Amino acid sequence: MGYRQRVKSYDLIIVGAGIVGTACADYASQEGLRVAIVEPGPIGGGATAAAMGHLVAMDDDPAELALSHYSLNLWESFTGVEQIEYSRCGTLWVASNEAEFARIPEKLARLAATGVQAELIDREQLYRLEPHLAPDLCGGMRVSREAVVYPPGMAHHLLNRARARGAELHTNRVIAITHHGVQLADQTHLAGTVLVATGCALPELLPQLPIRGRKGHLVITDRYPGVVHHQLLELGYADSAHGHDDSSVAFNVQPRPTGQILIGSSREYGSDTPDVSMPMVRRMLERTFRFLPRLRQLDALRIWTGFRPVSVDGLPYLGNVPGQSNVWVAAGHEGLGITTSLGSARLVIDQWLGRATAIDARPYDPARVAA
Amino acid sequence: MSTVRIEIDGETLDVPAGITVAAAIARVERPFRRSVKGHARAPFCGMGICFECRVRINGVAQQRACMIAVHEGMQVVTDD
Amino acid sequence: MTEHYDVVIVGAGPAGLAAAEAALAHGARVAWLDAQATAGGQVWRRDVEHGWPPRAQRVIEYVTQHANATWMPQTQVVTAEASELLLQNESRAWRISYDALVLATGARELLLPFPGWTLPGVTGAGGLQALAKQGWPLAGRRVVIAGSGPLLLAVAATAKRHGAHVLGIYEQASAATVHNFAQKLWRWPGKALQAVSLRARLAGIPYRCGSIVTRALGDSTLQLIEVDGPRGVERFECDQLAVGYGLVPNVELAHALGCAMKYEGAHPCIEVDAMQCTSVPHIYAAGEVCGIGGHDCAWLEGRIAGLAATNASIGASLLRKQHHARTFAAALREYFALDPYIHDLSEPDTLICRCEDVPLRALEDYDDARNAKLATRCGMGACQGRVCGTALAELGRFPRSGLRPPLFPTRLATLGELHSSCSQGSIP
Repeated sequence: MGYRQRVKSYDLIIVGAGIVGTACADYASQEGLRVAIVEPGPIGGGATAAAMGHLVAMDDDPAELALSHYSLNLWESFTGVEQIEYSRCGTLWVASNEAEFARIPEKLARLAATGVQAELIDREQLYRLEPHLAPDLCGGMRVSREAVVYPPGMAHHLLNRARARGAELHTNRVIAITHHGVQLADQTHLAGTVLVATGCALPELLPQLPIRGRKGHLVITDRYPGVVHHQLLELGYADSAHGHDDSSVAFNVQPRPTGQILIGSSREYGSDTPDVSMPMVRRMLERTFRFLPRLRQLDALRIWTGFRPVSVDGLPYLGNVPGQSNVWVAAGHEGLGITTSLGSARLVIDQWLGRATAIDARPYDPARVAA
Repeated sequence: MSTVRIEIDGETLDVPAGITVAAAIARVERPFRRSVKGHARAPFCGMGICFECRVRINGVAQQRACMIAVHEGMQVVTDD
Repeated sequence: MTEHYDVVIVGAGPAGLAAAEAALAHGARVAWLDAQATAGGQVWRRDVEHGWPPRAQRVIEYVTQHANATWMPQTQVVTAEASELLLQNESRAWRISYDALVLATGARELLLPFPGWTLPGVTGAGGLQALAKQGWPLAGRRVVIAGSGPLLLAVAATAKRHGAHVLGIYEQASAATVHNFAQKLWRWPGKALQAVSLRARLAGIPYRCGSIVTRALGDSTLQLIEVDGPRGVERFECDQLAVGYGLVPNVELAHALGCAMKYEGAHPCIEVDAMQCTSVPHIYAAGEVCGIGGHDCAWLEGRIAGLAATNASIGASLLRKQHHARTFAAALREYFALDPYIHDLSEPDTLICRCEDVPLRALEDYDDARNAKLATRCGMGACQGRVCGTALAELGRFPRSGLRPPLFPTRLATLGELHSSCSQGSIP
């Protein structure tokens, strides 16, 4: 027989080089493990490339808040890395009516209980902070320490760090998970513990963990520095993000460090092509103009779409895959994967290494679904 | 040839009617714009493709100077 | 509300004008639009001092004044959806629909990087011609024209007419090749006549073959250029350098409409049949966008498309002439094929993406446009990769990709509202 199968052994084989997979590679290599990362496409080229890159604590679910807050602290060690374009612009949540404004104190209390510093912004302060906002808003809430980043830059940075510590990148596709590792499209076999971080593509390898792609659109403008200062969101954002409508839009605008303005956000089930839907763009921009009418005259350069990987309950699958002691998962972060990538990596790898996790890992245990 | 009166960087000028803003800026030898890393740039393709000639026209930033003819009272700001 | 027309023609150069004239003659209600403020396209661009060429003026007057024609100048197509085009001009956005659509979107210049190509004072060759016709001051300026093809002669003639002191024309093709091409011109008597009259007008201007501008130098504006030719490397002063290496079809709208493409070298053009039909029903294409063929070819194809779009009969002699014009284009391509040396002029710090200032060095590790873009911002700027993406394709690095709406930078109001007009106000 002329055929001899090539096998390489690692401690950990990470499938997928999005921000979650590269964060896992970075942490595992830092812990001295021999790491392989397998990615057939661009680094950070899936949901990572389509994301806004807003680092934000979402408080509408306790587990989500815990993971966000844990991760945001981890992000602090990356603020000086040029490649990730870290900009601490802060988040300004905007109240479009008195009812929303009245609910801010409970939101502040929830955040404070976890340790997130935020402040109430009255009407007058609101317009001092963002003079171009529509004149009929009621105030808002500012989280000054939150920031924006360039997610593909972070994925590259994390991967480069891991590779500098010896991690190996396989530009290849995993066609199957085996008893001992993974089989690649070129017939190479990699042996080791497997960690699947393939986002929307998760069901291809782990069909027992359902993921739905929730499509989003983003629009970016030419450079107009100084028009918008904070990442701006409407307080009603969570209603859009967590609603179960087939489609929804919310006001979500970000100042890029380049002076460009990045405009979101839409959420849509049922569309599985990356085509830009102009009716959806129109809805999204109408929502934007309601809060920032002055943007009408600015030029848009590009529109793109992406798919958020959504788990059955909106929380990521982080942990051991039930019934497969050698297979772990970190996927299903929906729209919060950039923020929570760093915490997710630690949570999974600490569990695998049998260490205590920094936050309660149970809410993310894949066993809640597949058991 | 009839002329129109425009303002470039605060300076009032009479220029031939029908010429583009790009031509008007060149006639007074003003810079056009700086690139993202701060290098001087000026019209390159002359036909609205390259976006090197962008200036602020009547308060609106990022307008292509080679695509717009001068108009009476127009205000142009270069080198944003 | 959507405005409906029998025939919509995008592009008002020779192909668009011929299509409009033919469609109007057959009773169609026609809308024709162009991003430029005046009709004529690039080759028949109106000169603010000298007007249109006589042949162009006649047809422009006919079409503009025709009761069934609606002329939409300074109008950009923003998106194409379900047989409707979303349009914007300086003040408003609107939609039009059509029974037949003629794509006559022409071509842009092939602009290739070399050290110093971003300096003010360096333009495209056609770029300088367009600027001169817009009123760009050239009187007394020392101008060098370089690149490839017969366009260089036309540019020199325009520059001279505007008072420039043209120091020389530098053609990359060898003297032997250019000589052989000239020997063949008898097959296209019109072209031979044009060449003779151009040469007469350019008497006294050196025409050097086998010569390539390898570098432009200056502090914040062009001062000096370096030319590599049969006489070795020379450096000399000039005020304006115009370099054009040919033309590239503007296929972005056709791509958005789903028209099938073919490739001419590294660049896509629209695939059409003998009646100028694209692969999409009711969509026709004519002229440079179907492959670089020159304005005679564009005129003939525009006429065929205009007739086909109105279901009028198309004479065999028209089709024969079109075929003959295309053979001229093929000869041009063959004789003026680019010297591979031109693909290799950039140095590691030469900027490839002018919008985002991305140097060649930064692109070394990437073999795909999207990877390069995500990692370096190459192609993310306002020109949407028209310059760098096309150059990288020509240089054999990777094909241009990521064509998406909007087709050009577009006011958010246009994209965000069914009916929008531009409110006044200042944006920083």
